[in-house]
Amino acid sequence: MPDNADLECRAISKSFDDFQAVKEVSFDVPPGTFFSILGPSGCGKTTLLRMIAGFQAPSGGDLLIKGKSMLNVPPNKRPVSMVFQHLALFPMMSIGANVGFGLRQRGVNKVDIKKQVERVLERVGLGGVADRPVDSLSGGQKQRVAIARCMVLEPDVLLLDEPLGALDLKLREHMKIELKKLQSEFNTTFVYITHDQSEALVMSDQIAVMNHGVFEQVGTARELYYHPTTAFVAGFVGEANKYQAKVQVAGAGSLQLLTRDGVALQGVDAGEGLKEGDMTQVFVRPEAVRLSRRQEDIGNLGNTGNGTVESVLFNGANSQLILRDSATGSEMSVALPQTSEFRDLSKGDPIFFGWEPDQTRCYRQAAG
Amino acid sequence: MASDKSRLGLILLMAPLAIWLMTLIVLPHVGMFLVSLQEKVGIRQYETSLANYAVFFNEPLYWNTFARTAYMSITATVLTLLIGFPVAYYIAKLTRGRTKTTLFLMCLIPFWVSELVRTFGWMILLRETGVLSSFLQYIGVLAGPVEFLYNDAAIMTGLVYTSMLFMVVPLVTTLDSLDDSLIEAGYDLGGSSFSILREIVIPHAMPGIVSGCIVVFMLSLGNYLTPILLGGKDSLWFTGLIYDQFITRFNWELGSAFGFLLLGLSSLIVFLALKLSGQSLGKTMGR
Amino acid sequence: MITGIPQSSGFKWTYRAYVTLFFVYLALPLITVCVFAFNDSVFPSLPWDGFTWDWFFGTEAPRLGVFHERPILRSIGTSAFVAVWVSGLAVLVGTCNAFLFVRHDFAGKDFLYILMLLPLIIPGIILGISILVFSSSIANTLEEATGLWFDGLRPGLILVILGQFSFITTFATLVISARLQKFDTSLEEAALNLGATKWGAIRQVTLPFLLPAMIAAAVVAVLMSFENFNTTLMLVGSDAPLTVTMFDRLKQGSTPVLNAVSLLLIVVSAILGLASLLSRR
Repeated sequence: MPDNADLECRAISKSFDDFQAVKEVSFDVPPGTFFSILGPSGCGKTTLLRMIAGFQAPSGGDLLIKGKSMLNVPPNKRPVSMVFQHLALFPMMSIGANVGFGLRQRGVNKVDIKKQVERVLERVGLGGVADRPVDSLSGGQKQRVAIARCMVLEPDVLLLDEPLGALDLKLREHMKIELKKLQSEFNTTFVYITHDQSEALVMSDQIAVMNHGVFEQVGTARELYYHPTTAFVAGFVGEANKYQAKVQVAGAGSLQLLTRDGVALQGVDAGEGLKEGDMTQVFVRPEAVRLSRRQEDIGNLGNTGNGTVESVLFNGANSQLILRDSATGSEMSVALPQTSEFRDLSKGDPIFFGWEPDQTRCYRQAAG
Repeated sequence: MASDKSRLGLILLMAPLAIWLMTLIVLPHVGMFLVSLQEKVGIRQYETSLANYAVFFNEPLYWNTFARTAYMSITATVLTLLIGFPVAYYIAKLTRGRTKTTLFLMCLIPFWVSELVRTFGWMILLRETGVLSSFLQYIGVLAGPVEFLYNDAAIMTGLVYTSMLFMVVPLVTTLDSLDDSLIEAGYDLGGSSFSILREIVIPHAMPGIVSGCIVVFMLSLGNYLTPILLGGKDSLWFTGLIYDQFITRFNWELGSAFGFLLLGLSSLIVFLALKLSGQSLGKTMGR
Repeated sequence: MITGIPQSSGFKWTYRAYVTLFFVYLALPLITVCVFAFNDSVFPSLPWDGFTWDWFFGTEAPRLGVFHERPILRSIGTSAFVAVWVSGLAVLVGTCNAFLFVRHDFAGKDFLYILMLLPLIIPGIILGISILVFSSSIANTLEEATGLWFDGLRPGLILVILGQFSFITTFATLVISARLQKFDTSLEEAALNLGATKWGAIRQVTLPFLLPAMIAAAVVAVLMSFENFNTTLMLVGSDAPLTVTMFDRLKQGSTPVLNAVSLLLIVVSAILGLASLLSRR
């Protein structure tokens, strides 16, 4: 284990009565990292975060911050600060009093508090608002005050509990960039939990995908997206077309498959050690699929087929095409490049498609 | 825009309110004030003067009783707040679901029962032949029967008991509306239990504290039953003086003056409480 | 619930013990009153002389049970009569007030609202004497002018009803306003849109919505009227309501028959109170 990690969890667990919310999770976060924990609601990420903050005691394992165990340290003595889901700014205090709260608890003298508060507010771009009430701020500004309130204490780790959830879409997009900027500016370790994959992908240096109380995979955004190691990650991060298929021939990393609908495919093993006869789940990203009006354009791809256009979902650069495979009658979702070739595509048009075998990731189908 | 018809509707709707407030609140108090300014100079002969108020200030018994009533009521209010706050916090923040509802109901039920019954209960408990005295003799703390009634502590016990509901309910309501994450954020930022109580919980609960205190103070100040029954004949409670002037001595002029002084005192203290805490009557009372 | 704040177990247990003690303090007088209703002794005090139903059903003095004690039964009747009138009037006026304050904007609204709240903070005994003084002076004036008698303006049941009504209406207004505020006015608009008249819409849509609050207000009014003492004491005439009768008995020295009456009051209050809470759900 690297002993320079800001935050380290060793086989940390939490059980409520007979329900195990977090199961022996271990990870470490190096200093200055933007670390996200991504997972669906109920996966245990909030419990994990609250254990780090000290609001819940782990049932097992250890938790270290800068190499020191935090197990018997109450939340008000831990060198971590938390940005709450609904920010939890104190409505009974001015902005300055909110930001200065932690310093007051430490007994810093008034003059220094005033100086430090003003400085941190300037750093988040809100200089000169210290005397105003919290309610006078917009949603994004409140967000920045909540971060300033934590950062003024210079915590070793800043915890963020889905703080963007309450914002509207446009502001959320803007705040993603801003959060990332603030993080690199303060150069503090951020632990960010969210169920929104795009928040995690855009901002994080490292992402842990969490499901049913365990980490499925930890890696960079690219690793998770292009090399998901489990079927859950492949399905949860990004879009994918899914098939069920049986392994016909297992070669060195490459597989010959036969889908339920009787279509032959070529794919790659995502590290599961698949053998002939195994049932697999096959994932193909929409943008991995190439489209053409002429069969010969896609003839050199490993997997090919033809079908008709079912519908065009226009969304600028993120437009999608739903096509119906002629061979199986099933639907497939494909990223639609906004080039002149496909601009006049409409329902019922015949279309050819294909993709590379190495974009066809196969995972063992869980029994049953 | 208000048509003539809707204007008529508004006037009709306002009529009951206006009649109620005018004939039962405003005019009676004006009338009482006028009566308090009348000095009896002969049989059925009156002059307008401040003589009745002069009587009050010249007779130490009267203004001593007045000051004592105010002082005891303030003490009762403070005690009620101190005793009730931890309970309200417990109900609002440390319980939930069924337990919370049950505890809250248990706070309410005693107060649907007549104050007379409650005071009667305290009399049975505290009197010389009562439960407390017998119990203390039984466990050997006391050698013989002791009278726990007819002293200030008994009055205070009764006043605090009688007013408790009006403190606990507004406190539970305001504390309930305090978002738990604010308390957690306070801890997360390094606050101690005490500083969180002082800087977050109490400022948030202020409207509830003020409205609770006002009601409790009013109830104590205007209470007649508890001081008379638990404090005995010499309880020296100002409402007792008012009752005497009206019913026993039939001196309505002096009684009205006393009434007005009590009203003035209560208004003054409520006004000060509202000003000091920065609250408004409409906000705290119209809960 | 704040699970997240770690506290020492000593503190937790002390806190729990305190809350338990608090509830013992709340329950103690009531339980005592109830228990001594069954004491087979002529004084509601220790020693305990065994269990008896005499204080409920006894037929002969000195052990006349509450169900055979004429003056007490009559005063219960008086209290009920007063309570019904107060409750009816308070709900009626309270409903009008609720519509006035929630639905209308007019000059001086804030002032009227504060005025409406005032009865909450005027001591009950002052309400009593001010109404007594005022009605008596009107009676005097009228009698001098006309030579007729105006008994209704002298201490008696009418004044008791008016006195209690004067402050209970504020409570009724607050309870009913709170519910009316939650009413979605688009429901009424929908009724108008479907062809209902203004009054028809209020009668068929708004009032049924308000009904639970009106019932709750009525129950609260009955309870408050039944237990009122301070205001009533100043306005009472020859027909004394229950609290005043009990007070007089208590001053003379009590028998457990008062405990029996109290027990009945406690039971009825608890049932009515719970009913009003449930109807507000």
